[in-house]
Amino acid sequence: MVLVFAESGDGRIKKSGQEAITFAKELASRAGTSCTALILGPVDAPGDAGIYGADQVIHVPHTGFEHFDSQSWARAISDVATSKDAEYVVLSHSSRGKALIGRLAVRLQAGSVTGVTELPDVSNGCVATKGVYSGKAFARLKIETGKKVLSVMGNALQPTTDGVAAPVEVSDLAPATARITFVKTDKVEGTVPLPEAEKVVSAGRGMKGPENWGIIEELAAELGATTACSRPVADSDWRPHHEHVGQTGIAIRPNLYIAIGISGAIQHLAGVNRSKVIVVINKDPEAPFFKAADYGVVGDLFEVVPRLTEAIRDMKAAG
Amino acid sequence: MNVLVCVTKTPDTTAKIGFVEENTRFDATGVQFIMNPYDEWYALVRALELKEAQGGKVTLISVGGPDCDQVIRKGLAIGADEAVRIDLQPTDAFQVASEIATYAKANDFDLVFTGKESIESNGSEVGSMIAELLDWPFLSYASKMEMEGNTATVDLEIEGGEDTVRVDTPFVLSAAKGLAEQRIPNMRGIMMAKSKPLQVLPGSGAAPRTSITGYTLPKEKEAVRLIDPENMNELVRLLKEEAKVI
Ligand SMILES: Cc1cc2nc3c(=O)[nH]c(=O)nc-3n(C[C@H](O)[C@H](O)[C@H](O)COP(=O)(O)OP(=O)(O)OC[C@H]3O[C@@H](n4cnc5c(N)ncnc54)[C@H](O)[C@@H]3O)c2cc1C
Ligand SMILES: Nc1ncnc2c1ncn2[C@@H]1O[C@H](COP(=O)(O)O)[C@@H](O)[C@H]1O
Repeated sequence: MVLVFAESGDGRIKKSGQEAITFAKELASRAGTSCTALILGPVDAPGDAGIYGADQVIHVPHTGFEHFDSQSWARAISDVATSKDAEYVVLSHSSRGKALIGRLAVRLQAGSVTGVTELPDVSNGCVATKGVYSGKAFARLKIETGKKVLSVMGNALQPTTDGVAAPVEVSDLAPATARITFVKTDKVEGTVPLPEAEKVVSAGRGMKGPENWGIIEELAAELGATTACSRPVADSDWRPHHEHVGQTGIAIRPNLYIAIGISGAIQHLAGVNRSKVIVVINKDPEAPFFKAADYGVVGDLFEVVPRLTEAIRDMKAAG
Repeated sequence: MNVLVCVTKTPDTTAKIGFVEENTRFDATGVQFIMNPYDEWYALVRALELKEAQGGKVTLISVGGPDCDQVIRKGLAIGADEAVRIDLQPTDAFQVASEIATYAKANDFDLVFTGKESIESNGSEVGSMIAELLDWPFLSYASKMEMEGNTATVDLEIEGGEDTVRVDTPFVLSAAKGLAEQRIPNMRGIMMAKSKPLQVLPGSGAAPRTSITGYTLPKEKEAVRLIDPENMNELVRLLKEEAKVI
């Protein structure tokens, strides 16, 4: 059986959780077995996991799972995996998944691969593929143990939504006492967080100063995109640090990445080169970013960006 | 505070990546190795700050062959007191974590620091494994930490923001940007590093659980399609009809 830990928040299964379920379902069908989703904490409709592919759902509604603690959560997940004799445990390669996966591997005596980018080959053991060297290569890893733990890279696949609600088994599992005390969460309101964003508008030092970001925000708003920036921009406090993408910032893989006034240094590319489509706007035709781009515009960003925003508005108006 | 800081070597961030032996082994020819930036800039420096504020000792640990010594010496030059190298070429994260946890258990540490990930493996899993092997709390992707007595208040990177949590020592922490400011070793540090102890210990024999069967390089990008800067309607059309991303 494939057990997938489906992350939830605000009473719903998160997008990363939906992706993990679909991945687990596809893996289960390759391995000729079934897919069970595990949900920790209160959600409104746990059976919805079936929509994304789960055959059944184990729901642990205990309110003690309101705040994340890798120690007690890993114990709960591994207890369920052991009692159901799961061969595979699938997680999202999210902030929670990253804190859990090593613990689960240790608890289950399982081999693990993090940040898997495609469905594993299970024709002869389990061989999973993941990005290494910060996007400069992919490695295939064979898991040598009977039990296996995998975390799925965000946007590695689209969640399917053609399933129906799955039967739910309610479990009375309670979390072990956490040794971490939750204090608070600070979140940027209103936008999709960068690691989950499908469209990202990113800008660099070519912007000249923080006062010029209005045109970036307008473009992002028109596209429904999340904003990002290069490292020197965050380091100079032109933009908040959580917008910094690249080798030392966040690694993302949106469907669309628009890079504006960013030169395309290798450390920047390391965080964004897995984007599906890259558009580069730069006045210097020699900027290295053009080599990594699908579409390029050589021009002054202060003229090109407002024009692009306008063109998108026109397209939307035309339907 | 006695802090164990886990450090690993990675190819320089600008290194060209290639493979040999039918794409089964990394080609290290001409590649410059550096200390993993998260280990050096954030984990090590925050550990040094703790020592400067509260006393104690900073110990570096690296699991690897003699080719790690240069990176370890740099950590000593930045200010660590002593170092341990577990002498084996690790195959996977579990092997690394097992060796580090075995050493940490046998010695007296209040804290174990790792980087949030190695920019070579992009694993993000050694820290979480060490935490489970020690049965300690794990603070993953820490971007800020204040210490008062034995209680730390820590900011953790989450999607689109941060969580703040409180925890008592001992714990394992993985360091992200923001935790500290990079320090450059000075001449005196480099001289002193030469006489600091670097102990080489044999591995405990933990077996790896995964093995790399091969590598592939990403598909070469096709040449960029240049679009007239006067004609953004064309770009929008391509993004909609050809790339199908808007
Ligand atoms: C170990 C290490 C890790 C690093 N990690 C990261 C990381 O995670 N992320 C990151 O981003 N960087 C990182 N860097 C820094 C990286 O090397 C570059 O210095 C940085 O990405 C450059 O930022 P930039 O492109 O915004 O600025 P610049 O390199 O200054 O480029 C500005 C660009 O804007 C263009 N421009 C200027 N004016 C206009 C205009 N009017 N219209 C159009 N275009 C214009 C210019 O032609 C130029 O290409 C790292 C460096 C090191 C050594
Ligand atoms: N061979 C190693 N020796 C010591 N520490 C390591 C080693 N490999 C990884 N680490 C530590 O674990 C962190 C995360 O690595 P990874 O899980 O491989 O991404 C790194 O930033 C280091 O702090």
